Amino acid sequence: MRSIPNLIASTALGAALALGMAGPAAAQKIVISNWDAYMPPDLLENFTKETGIQTELAVHATNEEIMGKLTASGGQGFDVVFVTAPFAEALHKQGFLAEIDEAKIPNLKNLYEEARKLDYDPGNTYSVPYSWGTTGLCYRSDLVKTEPNSWMDLLKPSDDLKGKVTMLATDRWLLGAGLLALGKSVNSTSQADIDAAKALLIEAKTNLLAYDDTTFYSKLVSGEAHLVHAWDGWCNYGIAENPAIKYVVPKEGSDLFVDTMVVLASSQNQEAAHKFIDYVLRPEVGQWVASNILYKVPNRAAMESLDAAVLQQFPNLAMKPADLLKFEELRDLGAAQKIYTRAVTEITSAQ
Amino acid sequence: MTPTIRRAALMAPGLGWLALFLLVPCLLVLGLSFFERGVYGGIDYIFTFENYRRAVDPLYRSILLNSAWIAFLATLVSALIGYPAAYAIVKAPERWQSALLVLIMLPFWSNYLIRTYAWIVLLNREGLINRALAGLGATEPLPLLYNDFAIVLGLVYGYLPFMVLAIYASLSRLDPALLEQSADLGASPVSTFLRITLPLTLPGVAAGSVFVFVLSIGNFITPDLLGGGRRVMVGNLIYKQFLAARDWPFGSALAFLLIAIMMLLLLTQALLVRRSGGERPA
Repeated sequence: MRSIPNLIASTALGAALALGMAGPAAAQKIVISNWDAYMPPDLLENFTKETGIQTELAVHATNEEIMGKLTASGGQGFDVVFVTAPFAEALHKQGFLAEIDEAKIPNLKNLYEEARKLDYDPGNTYSVPYSWGTTGLCYRSDLVKTEPNSWMDLLKPSDDLKGKVTMLATDRWLLGAGLLALGKSVNSTSQADIDAAKALLIEAKTNLLAYDDTTFYSKLVSGEAHLVHAWDGWCNYGIAENPAIKYVVPKEGSDLFVDTMVVLASSQNQEAAHKFIDYVLRPEVGQWVASNILYKVPNRAAMESLDAAVLQQFPNLAMKPADLLKFEELRDLGAAQKIYTRAVTEITSAQ
Repeated sequence: MTPTIRRAALMAPGLGWLALFLLVPCLLVLGLSFFERGVYGGIDYIFTFENYRRAVDPLYRSILLNSAWIAFLATLVSALIGYPAAYAIVKAPERWQSALLVLIMLPFWSNYLIRTYAWIVLLNREGLINRALAGLGATEPLPLLYNDFAIVLGLVYGYLPFMVLAIYASLSRLDPALLEQSADLGASPVSTFLRITLPLTLPGVAAGSVFVFVLSIGNFITPDLLGGGRRVMVGNLIYKQFLAARDWPFGSALAFLLIAIMMLLLLTQALLVRRSGGERPA
């Protein structure tokens, strides 16, 4: 069912999606897609220097974008892709992913025990965790009157914060904020839960400065926003520029997101792709990644060697795996994704 | 080579290009719009009208109407600014005209996204305009960004050159003899403008309006960046179906509806031009 119709479909949309389709790649060259700046700038260079494997980096702004590219090309064109766990799960169910060969990634042993048995992929059969963390509130402690500690501080902001808050607009995280505020599961597929979250989020929209998935921390730095809905690691970019910026997981909890590395089934360079993942899991590389992108990596050896000054400057980096696992992992919703998408369309188009 | 064959040979590359990269993709979009979305975002090849039924659901219909309203406002403002600008260029000394037209085109030399970001720098609460106002003693910053005002402003800014050029083309073709005759027959300049110039250049206004309207209604960058994502336009909706919801069939149905609306507008405009063309003195 996939091959020919998808070929046609990808011809139709190829141009629109500006697909960076690599032709039949030369041996020992892998094409990687990652979020922009979600890897130390010299990582690929060092990898090539050491292994002789050439790399080409494509970037995607959101999970949805890389999913769109992969759906358009029937999973062709990339060797290693960085996606958040539920999307890895969906890619796996679509049959786009190669099985991870443990024997080729000895550095899997560096991962925390907890990261080896996450519910979406126990035993890392098709995905390897790259980073993980929480979604919460990032704020200017010098500008807010009281320190926020609840999702309601974002959804029903006090008068001084009205018009000075932003929210993530991607389906899972926008609805996630509403679901968590109501004490529901971030993976709920109950129409009643989603409707309740939707009503709350439509009300919250009136006090919103903007929806923002990419530049929210610079809005904090400039003072345009005082409180934003943020991923912990991304809040750290704000903290790096202004120490008055702080991060808190609301008392109602957070989701646990895991960004993973996956190998595409269509990859002609699976050997090299596995080598790349193994390289990323080295303790010193993992440590370099964490101190560079400021996200927690699920790599015990890396985290334990992290500089104390870094942990002090960015306290959320010090969160322990056991604490992270108290939160619910984001899971693929399958057919129920449609309900989420519709709810988010209704929220964002509500006037 | 007969002239017919020569003409065909000259047109072949252009037509081939259009057929391959415009017509074929449009037909594919049309085709996709009649299938179902797979659970993981692929396409199930089962024939259905469901996507079109969904497209006229009140939620999506209101997004379409809202987009049309925003695009209409952008078109109206562009025409109101663009007409005097084009008029001024036509009346300028001839040696200045091409320089002025280059100035109108100048913004196209830099990327649309960057120009849109520049507006954020200008308009935000801590931006240049509000800082300047605060310096002059304003206590509350003006809400200039992340609203419909900012979207319309961004669209007008982006597409005004199309309006100016279309009206300029129409104005510069206007036979000066007609204006002289009108004056000779005792019409005041205002009455000459209203009864001769304006009616004869309406096709130019229509052409410019179609450009601005069509480009505005499909735009998704401006509502996202300047509207702060708080106003969903049909362009955002379509973008979202392909890149976020992975619902290509529904996205295709929406895209095709938009194409149909645009075709209708272009047809109307073509008819308008033909009619006025027929009335133009030889």
